[in-house]
Amino acid sequence: MQLHVSTGDGVPIYLQIANQVKYLVASGRLAAGDEIPPIRVLARQLLVNPNTVARAYLELEREGVVHKRHGSGTYISDTGSPLARKERVKILSERVDALLAEASHLQVEPQELIRLIKDRSQSIQPKENK
Amino acid sequence: MNTTAASHAVELTGLSRKFGSKVALNDVSLQVRRGRVFGLVGANGAGKTTLIKHVLGRLKAESGLVRVFGFDPVSEPVETLSRIGYLSENRDLPAWMRVDELLRYTEAFYPKWDTAYAEELRRQFGLDPRAKIKTLSRGENAKAGLLIALAYRPELLLLDEPSSGLDPVVRRDILEAIIRTVADEGRTVFFSSHLLEEVERVADDVAMMFNGQIVLTGALDDVKENHHRLILRFNSPQSSAPIVPGVLRITGSGQEWTAICNGKREEAVAAAARVGGRVVAEDSPSLDEVFVAWAAAKSK
Repeated sequence: MQLHVSTGDGVPIYLQIANQVKYLVASGRLAAGDEIPPIRVLARQLLVNPNTVARAYLELEREGVVHKRHGSGTYISDTGSPLARKERVKILSERVDALLAEASHLQVEPQELIRLIKDRSQSIQPKENK
Repeated sequence: MNTTAASHAVELTGLSRKFGSKVALNDVSLQVRRGRVFGLVGANGAGKTTLIKHVLGRLKAESGLVRVFGFDPVSEPVETLSRIGYLSENRDLPAWMRVDELLRYTEAFYPKWDTAYAEELRRQFGLDPRAKIKTLSRGENAKAGLLIALAYRPELLLLDEPSSGLDPVVRRDILEAIIRTVADEGRTVFFSSHLLEEVERVADDVAMMFNGQIVLTGALDDVKENHHRLILRFNSPQSSAPIVPGVLRITGSGQEWTAICNGKREEAVAAAARVGGRVVAEDSPSLDEVFVAWAAAKSK
């Protein structure tokens, strides 16, 4: 599990860690049952305070993304699908927002953009679906 | 009071100090809780090193109280210093010694010295045991100083500007040592720094010093959550910084200005509205911006 934290952009570090784990789950790079690193190990790897990592894990546990097994470690939960869907939508929303901003800049109306998306979607459909 | 009764690693109450007519510390109070990483931030000359010298008992409190694990560093130096691993800003190591001699020499002072741990750190830091201290690079010198501060597993690791003037590789070693100290054994770290990026990474609690005073102290998460950065837009260009009560600092030009405020967000927004500014964006400032904003507010 490779995470990166940055300071200076105002997003608390525990939230950066929690969000990146969620992203990895949503994108399939972490699957149900995968173990995530112990708090101390991740703290030393990222050079952040262990309490910060603990807070991120607690947040993830509260949201049902991970669970602890007594005395053995922290694992990605099986019930990830509703969250994973939410996260996928969130990831796409960011891209859509950027697209809308660019469209507005180029004076393309949202309706026209939707038509364009449909057109493009059809043109990249696999042939057997036609 | 003994070690087990003291709940704080360091406790300063109303500490003041003058050098001649210059006030170095002005009614400083702070508590460093056990098992936490405490970052003391402030510009050069703010009083950080003077404060640390009181913790070490090198300066006697003119007024106020200093306690380290419940002990008075001036009247109980043995009890105090045997619990502190200290890395000074100047890293004043004996220049004529070799690295292995420095380790043996320091070991003699500390019954709790861990030879195996010292050797592990020496290898990890890549220090040649036969090298003379005076031939070491700045980074190696810092690592040698850190090694002897860590090798007797002190209850309190006290670092004065540990990263000052060092390259990123050595800074990483130092941050790792801090993390390891708290993560592996639940000991306490108290360090001063003007590199707020590092403080933001590793500290649980912070205190900001300005002109010998503590202007802000608390858990890092609270400090970050309590400060807001508001981007204000005015209908007409402002020729000078708009006066917005409750805002620590306001910078910008023309129609758009950035305001940093502490806590009372709603009041700041209302105050901005009264002078014709509306909030067009807002987010959280970095610790660096919070510090600069407080310094600006206190300089007014």
